[in-house]
Amino acid sequence: MKRGLALYAVAAYAFLHVPLLILAVFSFNSSRFTVWEGFSLTWYRALLRDGDLIEASVNSLIIALGATAIATILGTLAAYGLWKRSSPWVAGSLYLSLVTPEIVTGVSLLALFQWIFRFVHLRLGMHTVILAHVGFSLAYVVVVVLARLRSFDPTLEEAALDLGANEFGAFRRVTLPYLAPSVAAAAMLAFTVSIDDYVITSLVAGVDSQTLPMVIYAMARRGVNPVLNAVSTMIVTGLGILIMVSERLRRS
Amino acid sequence: MKLRNAFLAPTAALMLLTLVAPMAIIAVYSFLTRGAYGGVEQPWTIENFTRLWDPLYLTILWRSVWIAALSTALCLLLGFPLALFIARSGKRKNLYLSLVILPFWTSYLIRTYAWMSLLRDTGLINVTLQSLGLIKEPLPLLYNNGAVILGLVYAFLPFMVLPLYATLERLDNNLLEAAADLGARPWETLVRVTLPLCAPGIRAGAVLVFVPCLGTYLTSDLLGGSKTVLVGNLVQNQFTNSADWPFGAATSLALMAVATVLLFAVRRRGEELL
Repeated sequence: MKRGLALYAVAAYAFLHVPLLILAVFSFNSSRFTVWEGFSLTWYRALLRDGDLIEASVNSLIIALGATAIATILGTLAAYGLWKRSSPWVAGSLYLSLVTPEIVTGVSLLALFQWIFRFVHLRLGMHTVILAHVGFSLAYVVVVVLARLRSFDPTLEEAALDLGANEFGAFRRVTLPYLAPSVAAAAMLAFTVSIDDYVITSLVAGVDSQTLPMVIYAMARRGVNPVLNAVSTMIVTGLGILIMVSERLRRS
Repeated sequence: MKLRNAFLAPTAALMLLTLVAPMAIIAVYSFLTRGAYGGVEQPWTIENFTRLWDPLYLTILWRSVWIAALSTALCLLLGFPLALFIARSGKRKNLYLSLVILPFWTSYLIRTYAWMSLLRDTGLINVTLQSLGLIKEPLPLLYNNGAVILGLVYAFLPFMVLPLYATLERLDNNLLEAAADLGARPWETLVRVTLPLCAPGIRAGAVLVFVPCLGTYLTSDLLGGSKTVLVGNLVQNQFTNSADWPFGAATSLALMAVATVLLFAVRRRGEELL
């Protein structure tokens, strides 16, 4: 049985990873068709010349970095607050935000924004996208940081208080350093879910805030395009590295 | 405690703004009437909910349910042996686990696109089969229910493997040894001891896969095309092309209700995520 299980695992891992490997291999193909003709960097050069793609990448980076910074700071504080004493409302709403179907999150945010715009002179744009991203990535940050807090010894904080630190001082000088690896891991996860989101983003983005997934989606809908293979390979490699580092930090 | 409240406040405010308020708006809209130029207007009505019983929409709802159920069953079938393999692999556990987690975090959109490019008429599968002379015309692999199910299983398999692994990992080895001592063969032990003890993991995994499959939008949109419209696509369409926000809101609420009930049902004490 052991042998069979191992063989099966090889097949299962192939199923999970080979589609992306094939994508990566064909991104280096000199032909635009599904026949290998030779190694070339044509499609990578083409993507560097694609203005839309570059602009969308810059937008995506601004949004992801902004949303990550806000979500990481607020999420870390919230995790600490929940660890002190849980709040069924905050914990429940974070859990709900994690499991709400993306399409529902997207249309409901769109409805809210449009309603607000009746009273405030604003339009959909980068700010609405960043707000939406902070909303859905907060829960990821809280989950990761809270997991680390569960292994934290509260008597260390008490010792700091006894030695004259105030509540905030104890948090900043004792607890936060202990949490640091998990905060970094959480930030990387938040960045990943933000830079990758299409469904919610496409609903709350304005004309001037096209993101990378939106351009990728449009290209995929149009069909065959080796440039898309090149973009995908770059993103998957980048995110893969980020995830590996994040996993390592989380386990440390 | 003052510090704790101050730390929780911004997140509570953001959840109000990005989750509670949007849901409240959707709830209100679902009882209103579609406006002449998009948007919503009075009078109040429950017609948006009764419309879901229209055969046209019931077909879509039913399709969403059976596709999600079948994808969940396939994930369980494919995920269980993989979880078992990881749980029994000793020192290399973490590596094998990472190999499952990695695709789970790397771009859902790109992973779906990868299948698009494999399944299309000029994709690798059809081209290979044609060059081997096995088929003359390309097989219609893309834009059907099968492609959507494949995409869903591919995307959500990790959601099944992780909870299964977590329960298998905690399994008391003495029980397995006892079964073996009492004369059970490995297969018997698996079916009559391991599997029943895994029930919580199976339940959690099933819900974690079923709910996102039920609400999927991207997979059915890209791999199913216009032939496999699911609830998620119906919602999206009401808010964009058809501009019937009240009906879209009612559909969202229905989807949300099913998802919430299922998820809170499996969120048991002590195993809570938060």
